[in-house]
Amino acid sequence: MTEPGMVIVGAGECGARAAFALREEGFAGPVTLIGAEPHLPYERPPLSKQGMAADRPGMTPIAGHDRFAQQGIRLVLGNQARAIDRAARTVELAEGERVPYHRLLLATGAVPRRLPAAAASRHAVTLRTHEDAERIAGHLSARARITIVGGGFIGLELAAAAIGRDCRVTVIEALPRLLARAVPAEIAERIADTHRARGVEILTAASIEAIRDVGEGVQVTLADGRAIAAELLVVGIGALPATDIAAEAGLVVDNGIRVDATLASSDPDIFAAGDCCSFPLALYGGRRVRLEAWRNAQEQGALAARNMLGAREAHSAVPWFWSDQYDLTLQIAGLCDEGATTVRRDLGGDAFILFHLAADGRLVAASGLGHGNAVARDIRLAEMLIARRAAPDPRKLAIPDVKLKSLLAA
Amino acid sequence: MADWIEACLVDDVDEEDVIRFDHEGRTFAIYRSPDGQFFATDGLCTHEKVHLADGLVMDDIIECPKHNGRFNYKTGAAKGAPVCVNLATYPVKVEAGTVFIGLD
Ligand SMILES: Cc1cc2nc3c(=O)[nH]c(=O)nc-3n(C[C@H](O)[C@H](O)[C@H](O)COP(=O)(O)OP(=O)(O)OC[C@H]3O[C@@H](n4cnc5c(N)ncnc54)[C@H](O)[C@@H]3O)c2cc1C
Ligand code: FES
Repeated sequence: MTEPGMVIVGAGECGARAAFALREEGFAGPVTLIGAEPHLPYERPPLSKQGMAADRPGMTPIAGHDRFAQQGIRLVLGNQARAIDRAARTVELAEGERVPYHRLLLATGAVPRRLPAAAASRHAVTLRTHEDAERIAGHLSARARITIVGGGFIGLELAAAAIGRDCRVTVIEALPRLLARAVPAEIAERIADTHRARGVEILTAASIEAIRDVGEGVQVTLADGRAIAAELLVVGIGALPATDIAAEAGLVVDNGIRVDATLASSDPDIFAAGDCCSFPLALYGGRRVRLEAWRNAQEQGALAARNMLGAREAHSAVPWFWSDQYDLTLQIAGLCDEGATTVRRDLGGDAFILFHLAADGRLVAASGLGHGNAVARDIRLAEMLIARRAAPDPRKLAIPDVKLKSLLAA
Repeated sequence: MADWIEACLVDDVDEEDVIRFDHEGRTFAIYRSPDGQFFATDGLCTHEKVHLADGLVMDDIIECPKHNGRFNYKTGAAKGAPVCVNLATYPVKVEAGTVFIGLD
């Protein structure tokens, strides 16, 4: 058996970042990165964006074999960690090996939520992995009919990509509006209007009665009797944290593997980070959240690495998220639902930002939508104001000529 | 020998800010540091080819607007994930209120 070192389960965005960060922090012992997927760690965001532009989506590896080798990171790919033996401090792999650990990081990510009604359909898919993307992209031929269940980010990005390839697209959403959980109504409406203008049929407040394969396709029947036929059904109704091995090992699970501000689980030698964990967000008085966001996966991977080495550093980042649909980019800093009032700033060229202020005037979030990167700079500055817990003058926030940088200096 | 190309006026760029400059099918970013000096780099991020001029300048750093990758715009050095490839930099000179960039 090899000398126990740092072991990371889950070779996605977070796990890969953690592995490199261990080296950047000067750790010289063994680092093992274990991934169930057969590929080098790769970027997921392109899967629903650029990746859908052609029949065979490319893959964007986070780093090549040479970089892992050069950093002395042992990659164990295509191999599932099946169990954690906390007493023996080992991780048992499906392929038999037992990997000893000094500290362990769980970066197992999330898996798409299943739609029971679609379980029997041969034409229903979810989107999380490269293989999922390959299957979907192969269906996006001109005039193909695609039904998307769930008006969330992944479903809407996919709708935009499918329209880009001349498909006929229907989005079925159970709630009265799209993106109800994550973005303010003003932004969701703009996004919905854009999709409609491009030809997407959007059915909101729709309840699904049945999903059945008919001939070479799949038919969705709604409670109001409407039937929607398509060649492919994509289910995009959210994701659940991958917590199986954590729960079996007796770690506390609470909407994800429960960790403290240093990302330590209920076992101080086992950390969890990224989409799989729930953690207290200091910014909002310790509110417990689980984020499914790319930058969070990176930041928490790096933070977990430092804390595995004993830094005891508390998480302090502001949540940040982006989504691309057509030529529109949405960016959000902070969690919009923390806000009590909203102030709008128009940036010209259709772009705008909503500042979300708490009842005491503190800026708690900012959401912006515009073409290309029109909102990026101001969202970034807003993020810095949020991190400082600033309470900027709402009148100044509303005036585009007042540079946010000047508010930061105040 | 570098060819000196007129890029912009000094007043076109605020201190601690950046603008885009396109020339013969290429795109560049022209920076003015907090202490008023000018610098130039390739205009596109080495991660996903996004215009850096839409990003944010903080001290010596340009932060990409797309995924917040960071570069030192004075040296072109990539400052960590998600960017790992450095940016090309170009010499700059200022004459009579005009900023020139040196291209080979
Ligand atoms: C289609 C798509 C588009 C997205 N677009 C955006 C976007 O535009 N903006 C944004 O901010 N975020 C986006 N995201 C979210 C972002 O990709 C995730 O937040 C990020 O990938 C999370 O990283 P992670 O490492 O925590 O989990 P993952 O990337 O899911 O990686 C976890 C890995 O662990 C492996 N694993 C799990 N259990 C085990 C085990 N027991 N043994 C071995 N390996 C295991 C899994 O197979 C997986 O490879 C998108 C996600 C998807 C799916
Ligand atoms: S495009 Fe610049 S960091 Fe990704």
